[in-house]
Amino acid sequence: MSRPTVFRLTFWKLVFLFLMAAGLYATFLRFTRGLGASTNLSDQFPWGIWISFDVLCGVMLAAGGFTLTATVHILNIKRMHSIIRPTILTAFLGYVLVCIALMYDLGKPYNIWHPLIMRNPHSVMFEVAYCVMLYTTVLALEFSPVVLERFNLEKPLKVIRKILIPLVIFGVILSTLHQSSLGTLYLIMPEKLHPFWYSPLLPVFFFLSAIAVGLAMTIFESSMSSKHFGLQLELPVLQELGRVLLVVLAVYGILRLEDLANRGVLRMAFHRSYETYLFWLEIALALILPLILLCQKRVRTSPQGLYFSAVLVVLGFITNRMNVSITGFEGSTGVRYFPKWSELAVTGMIIAAGFALFGMAVKYLPIFPKEELAIEGAAEPEETVPVTSAVLEHAGD
Amino acid sequence: MSKALLYDSTICIGCKQCEQACATQNDLSYDDAIAAEEYQSAHKLTCIVTRNDKFVRRLCMNCQEPSCASVCPVGALKKTALGPVTYDPTKCMGCRYCMVACPFSVPKYEWGKLFPKVQKCIMCPDRVANGKPTACAEICPTGATKFGERDELVAEAQKRIRDNPGNYVNHIYGLEEVGGTSVLLLSAVPFETFGYKTDISKDPLPMLTYRVLSHIPDFVPLGGMFLGGVWWITHRREEVALAEGQQVPAERKNGGKR
Repeated sequence: MSRPTVFRLTFWKLVFLFLMAAGLYATFLRFTRGLGASTNLSDQFPWGIWISFDVLCGVMLAAGGFTLTATVHILNIKRMHSIIRPTILTAFLGYVLVCIALMYDLGKPYNIWHPLIMRNPHSVMFEVAYCVMLYTTVLALEFSPVVLERFNLEKPLKVIRKILIPLVIFGVILSTLHQSSLGTLYLIMPEKLHPFWYSPLLPVFFFLSAIAVGLAMTIFESSMSSKHFGLQLELPVLQELGRVLLVVLAVYGILRLEDLANRGVLRMAFHRSYETYLFWLEIALALILPLILLCQKRVRTSPQGLYFSAVLVVLGFITNRMNVSITGFEGSTGVRYFPKWSELAVTGMIIAAGFALFGMAVKYLPIFPKEELAIEGAAEPEETVPVTSAVLEHAGD
Repeated sequence: MSKALLYDSTICIGCKQCEQACATQNDLSYDDAIAAEEYQSAHKLTCIVTRNDKFVRRLCMNCQEPSCASVCPVGALKKTALGPVTYDPTKCMGCRYCMVACPFSVPKYEWGKLFPKVQKCIMCPDRVANGKPTACAEICPTGATKFGERDELVAEAQKRIRDNPGNYVNHIYGLEEVGGTSVLLLSAVPFETFGYKTDISKDPLPMLTYRVLSHIPDFVPLGGMFLGGVWWITHRREEVALAEGQQVPAERKNGGKR
């Protein structure tokens, strides 16, 4: 154990180092030259990829946290307990990274705390700011038992367990609010956002798709973890998630179709235009393909089928968020936006940091249950040493 | 009472003195190169647009119910009772939601600066508060830009159209657009010619988001109660199942409901 570990350069480490270096240089540019020099943003296009991907997609991708805590703690479905820790970890990291990304995008990041004291209850952004701030705190508390267990801190652990249920309820409410509010943000611009994406139902769509992506991300992340950290795949749990995902997607699909038909936009979907192509890409990835796949029992029960469907859903709704926030505005502003290399570099660095932090947390903290004992309840603070040492064997990855 | 500006493009001679006065008023530089720019920017808060020898002015409409002020999370943008929509750069954190939300895409950003501000015409709030007209209205040699009470200016605009129907399109731009604005425009040619959107909503846009936001105070306690209720039911079910499984202690337990 005590023998010094030799640093081996693997392919992924190289990618990671490259992303970090590019990102740090872009960070330097952003904070020494300003937004104009480091982005392709303009007066016509004030919101770019840092809002579209880092914030809108980031929050959506972290939605597994509230979906799964509600399932386990509120609906009391204990089978799901084995995957709750990695999911909360994903969500917590996601929100922390969203907050970091915001520091890049805000023109005056040092004023980020202003909504705390300068309140405008009419502003959706104000509500989102508050919810994200509070929910990040909730996630930190929900995640804290993992850290507390690691260091055997009994007293605070007891306190957290006492307040866990109210905490979970609070977290679910906060998530419902801000996941939908990210859609509400765009309600005030009926003339600017393309009719494919502007809808009075935007808050509902954003909320439902957040649940779908939350489930898909949980499947994705469990599959990845089982492959990468050599854990046993919780197949029955994932199969159940797949079934729920199918239902959520179906509900979303019906609502979306009905909304497009009601607003008379459906016939526009067959005109040739830039927006139409991206609209169909989104619909195909997020709805048509996963619905066809998940409807088949063969796919829904196989690990690869579930994994592939989940990836499609995630990519589909990433396309959706990008369409709402970028594609949908290119028509009305008359400007094409494509991110500058430095914008991509920062986003790449943040994603890379997310993966690295996840790996580190798994390495040093009791995130995954010991496989042999399928621990239900998991109330007792288990021995942490075997878990960490088991994971340490894969530390080189 | 609320003040407003009435701009009559049929009287405007395109001398651009309003641009210059505006730059001086807001401590912005102004030269021939800037004068030639026909669009608003962080260094040019109003501009004269020329189309086929016709002029029209562009500036912040200072809406009666402004989207920008509604969306600003920190209340840096505010509609004052006198009419101007003002901006406090010390509050602003630079989220740029105002720029995205503005139906006229008016607010501009100092992209080149490290500590950037939003820039837009704020309708000279200090002058207006002291009973003076805006800088642009004061300098205008022909009276194309006129400052006054909004009600009176609306009446005057209606009178001008009534007296000379051949001179104007029958539309006071800003009377009803997005619930009315503090800048009113008259023109001889359709407003679309100058890039003014005419298919714009007649209702104030902030209602669209507030309709949703106003449900939050109800949603939080109801949602909490609902989730708490579900939690209670699912855990009670478990307790009961547990108790039924263990016959003997169950009888004891069921006696007094906890």
